Amino acid sequence: MKIDLFITCLNDALFPRTGEATVRLLERLGHDVRFNERQTCCGQMHFNSGYQPEALGLVRHFVDTFRDADAVVAPSGSCVGMVRDLYPKAAEWAGDQALLDDVRALTPRVFELSEFLVQRQGLEDVGAYYPHRVTYHQTCHAMRVLRVGDAPLRLLRHVRGLNLVELPAVDQCCGFGGTFSVKNPETSTAMLADKVANVMSTKAEACTAGDNSCLMHIGGGLSRLQSGTRTVHLAEILASTEREVFA
Amino acid sequence: MRRNLRHATTTIRDKRLRAVEELPDWEGLRDEGAALKDHALANLSEALLDLEAAVTARGGHVHWAQDAQEARAIVAGIAASHGAREVIKVKSISTDEIELNAALEERGIHAIETDLAELIVQLAEDRPSHILVPAIHRNRAEIRDLFRRKLGADLLTDDPKVLAEAARVYLREKFLSTKVAVSGANFAVADTGTVCVVESEGNGRMCLTLPDVLISVMGIEKVLPTWADVAVFLRLLPRSSTAERMNPYTSFWSGVTPGDGPQEFHLVLLDNGRTDVLADEVGRQTLRCIRCSACLNVCPVYERAGGHAYGSVYPGPIGAILTPQLLQLEDKNANTLPWASTLCGACYDACPVKINIPEVLLYLRGKITGDKPVNAEAVAFKTAAWIMSEPFRFEGALKLARTGQGPFVKHGAIHALPGLLSGWTDTRDLPALPAQSFREWWRARPLPGGHAAGDDAQTSEGERLPPQRDDRGPA
Repeated sequence: MKIDLFITCLNDALFPRTGEATVRLLERLGHDVRFNERQTCCGQMHFNSGYQPEALGLVRHFVDTFRDADAVVAPSGSCVGMVRDLYPKAAEWAGDQALLDDVRALTPRVFELSEFLVQRQGLEDVGAYYPHRVTYHQTCHAMRVLRVGDAPLRLLRHVRGLNLVELPAVDQCCGFGGTFSVKNPETSTAMLADKVANVMSTKAEACTAGDNSCLMHIGGGLSRLQSGTRTVHLAEILASTEREVFA
Repeated sequence: MRRNLRHATTTIRDKRLRAVEELPDWEGLRDEGAALKDHALANLSEALLDLEAAVTARGGHVHWAQDAQEARAIVAGIAASHGAREVIKVKSISTDEIELNAALEERGIHAIETDLAELIVQLAEDRPSHILVPAIHRNRAEIRDLFRRKLGADLLTDDPKVLAEAARVYLREKFLSTKVAVSGANFAVADTGTVCVVESEGNGRMCLTLPDVLISVMGIEKVLPTWADVAVFLRLLPRSSTAERMNPYTSFWSGVTPGDGPQEFHLVLLDNGRTDVLADEVGRQTLRCIRCSACLNVCPVYERAGGHAYGSVYPGPIGAILTPQLLQLEDKNANTLPWASTLCGACYDACPVKINIPEVLLYLRGKITGDKPVNAEAVAFKTAAWIMSEPFRFEGALKLARTGQGPFVKHGAIHALPGLLSGWTDTRDLPALPAQSFREWWRARPLPGGHAAGDDAQTSEGERLPPQRDDRGPA
């Protein structure tokens, strides 16, 4: 099917490999992937920080950009959570009925990558090969806002060569929280310390998740400790094959 | 402190999950609880008037307190009129809200907390740090030393049994000698004028039955229309708070009964900002809260920061939305509370009455930020929104940042940044911006047909933006 990739601003700027991997994976599965260059940012950072009039401009921009899409897929539970859960609230709180109508028309077509593959396409084996010991961090937005459930785990269990090890306290937030990580660095770091200790206890070579924002946080902690464990987005594992190593 | 907290919250958290799993339709029960509370709140004035009529008909007295000052004056006045030098207290977070103990002290009346944890906090001249377990931040050894010092108890060990016995000896004397009691209320039933207190230790039962005069201070949102409503909450509350199927003591009383229990009963209905919360369409759901503290026990921020960090009698996620609203967004400290969250959503999942705490947090953030004068942060966010509103500006900013990051990058990562961002880099590394953004890769990628993606129809839409073309250049 025709899929519009929503890359998200963070991936676009900092993690282009995740975007490449998402494109390769979806194309390998036979989809026609398009990238509308008008897209920028979902506005979550603004909305969550209290700058809601500014966020509203970005909400409108997103809706205009993807208005005609058949399906919008993003390698980010957090940004899709913003679109699906908070766009309607943003429009409601602003009292903008026309925007609310547009948002309601669009949001059922916006998906996080793993939920799109497993819950919409009924796929679990995407033909990936990744011969490493991996642990999976459940990100809060994917788990509690989008309810992706065990979709990412189902995908990981079908990756050939992959040794999946369970992360202790998997349902605990990593402490990133967007600007929370900078505004409340002590609490954020205390949460991160536990997450990093749990990741290291698994002796995994890589910690994966569906969100580079959380992985940036966890990876920042792992890197500071020179732990040797790396972080890698789920899309990069799923895109990896015997012939093409992505992560 | 963090270790005490983690141990306690993790234990309650795990127990709660087991208690909740026992019920076949917990989600359905949560929905029912939320709907019943919403219904009660929608008809609040009527229910309160019914409650007043029923309490009065059964020989009680009802007082309306618009704010904390009025409530303090009412309670202190009643206690003083009976010549009380001491009052015993139970289950009364609403009296903490109105800072009753200090007001009583001013009039020469000493308030004695009878809940074990409240007593510990009071003896330590400390503040509660948890709604349900006010002394959660204290460990047994600290409590043993405190009892030795303040109660003169000869304690050889810090065995919980021994500690509880020391408190029991002290409290028993107070229960039997004190003539006035002050309580809170978990619920009130409008149609019969019945007030309810739910507790674990039996101290509540003592306070509610032994003294001559009982004064109950209750937030106006606690009223429920009928007994059938109470039944639902008696299933939701214990499992959510103490992870028990049923709490050990549930007391109900309706007015006064000659010759049995207190012969004088006063019910103080406390507004103190609640009417304003009720008037707010998004914030209103906060008033569904039944003070179970499930949200505190699952909150990773509460677990690390502790209850005192919230600077409010209502700590944790619920406090972060309740306190600023009760203070009508006028208190500078309370107005920082909505940011004390990573928005992980664990509180919303745990809440037995489905208060969407993350939603209210965001809503309050918007209101508070909107009322603030423009500062450096606001300029930064407004600029970022302007940049993000057009892709070519975003790309231009990225290129600038790529050049600007140069001095900070070592081995592909950033280890130290100045200003606000040092909050990140003090403890965490940050990846450096890569040489190529995703959209640059997309434009340059070879397609099976032998041409670059930039040539195809989809991208040409983006290229119709003239500045984008102008903006392209060597990174």
